[in-house]
Amino acid sequence: MIEFKLPALGSDMDEGTLLEWKVGVGDTVKKGQVMAIVDTTKAAVDIESWQEGTVYQLIAEIGQKMPVGTLMATLLEAGETAPAGVGAGSLCAPGIPLRGQVTAKPMPTAAPAVAIAAPAAAPAAAPAPATRRMVSPAARKHAEEKGVDLDRITGTGPRGAVTLEDVEAAAALKQAPAAKVADKAAEKLADMRKTIAAAMSRSKREIPHYYVAEDIPLAKALAWLQAANAQRSMAERLLPAALLLKAVALALKRYPELNGYWRQENGNAGFVPVAAINLGVAISLRQGGLIAPALLHAEHKPLTLLMQELTDLVKRTRAGSLRSSEMSEATITVTNLGDQGSLAVFGVITPPQVALVGFGRIAERPWADNGGLKVLPVVTASLSADHRVSDGHRGALFLLELNDLLQRPEELDQ
Amino acid sequence: MTDAEIRAVALATLLSIAPEVEADQLRGDRPLRNQVDLDSMDWLNFLLGLHEKLKVDIPEADYARLITLDDVVAYLQKKLGAG
Repeated sequence: MIEFKLPALGSDMDEGTLLEWKVGVGDTVKKGQVMAIVDTTKAAVDIESWQEGTVYQLIAEIGQKMPVGTLMATLLEAGETAPAGVGAGSLCAPGIPLRGQVTAKPMPTAAPAVAIAAPAAAPAAAPAPATRRMVSPAARKHAEEKGVDLDRITGTGPRGAVTLEDVEAAAALKQAPAAKVADKAAEKLADMRKTIAAAMSRSKREIPHYYVAEDIPLAKALAWLQAANAQRSMAERLLPAALLLKAVALALKRYPELNGYWRQENGNAGFVPVAAINLGVAISLRQGGLIAPALLHAEHKPLTLLMQELTDLVKRTRAGSLRSSEMSEATITVTNLGDQGSLAVFGVITPPQVALVGFGRIAERPWADNGGLKVLPVVTASLSADHRVSDGHRGALFLLELNDLLQRPEELDQ
Repeated sequence: MTDAEIRAVALATLLSIAPEVEADQLRGDRPLRNQVDLDSMDWLNFLLGLHEKLKVDIPEADYARLITLDDVVAYLQKKLGAG
């Protein structure tokens, strides 16, 4: 039996709230398939399955707040039969189809399945009558509590199913339209600030940071970018951010002590390097706060693909549809202030990572070269790193490697 | 298209990227990115949205000319007229 538990989607996550199941009992689930959507205070995140199997039980309830590690569902492995005396089904929502689940498929079982929570009169796997509106159990309960007429709500779920969010939105509008919505947004923002505060305080408390910086001329890189973009359609144009990210990924290959995690288990503490280079990209949210989901395996991706994935990541981050792997697998963070930011940034490391690379605004600056003075576009790259794992000398060499790579931009596009 | 129609398209595109913007508070003669929090990705998406809606190509070399909303409207009007 495979146990599907709420994963920690970053060191700053202690609990999550189940918003929606994306699978039903009896569904075959592939590795990487989205099982559920969970609210982490920072974002609604698609939680993926890490193993293949057939959904046997959905245990967590929609709307349930639970700590990291809570058993949310069970799956049967290929060829496995259900244990005797334990019934398949949704323990939380008997008789009412969940979002994304219209009918439950028959389960392979060694013993007659008994729906644990389903009364005999309301079989757990009963398909919804054709005329019945699909309403999640949490949404129905919430609608009753708030006195919201379900028939007046337009469902946004699959096949028009009414979700908890639909009911909450209708209830907010019914009571005090603007004020209620504003209160909810403010509450969400306050929660996010608390989460960020906890993570950053922990980082500064536990990690002995050191900082190094390097000014990097970008004349060659930007000239190459301009020439490359002239050959591309508008939708395929690259931003300087793509070059900077790729250069960081390639430089890390020579400095693996910056890419990985500081682990502390059973009294032992130490650095665990990670082979894959998953760049956590700090993305600011329009309502305030930030999230740093990962661009996975950035070192292997050509610039066009990296740019496409960056665009998609920003879009989904701001739309609140990230995947759990993107939230939990960053091996280092990159923060790029872009063309509106300050000249330099020295960031706070996101534990358990051991380094953060910062880029300030690309700006024209005087540049001494061969006894003369030029005006060049320059960016200040900084490194915040964990002194338990690396030293300033290695950090400085990493930045020199980054500089070197950005002077050969054509080689980044591989 | 009239200037007003182009401005309406530009504002609708902007709102799709930055929903918090209060269109009636925007000054057409002030730098747009001083009034609206748009990072480089937002700016690229704004120009891409204009390209898709108006079928106007905006070369990267012209980005620097597009500072204010008035600049954007005048630039697009010229491009549409030339097309």
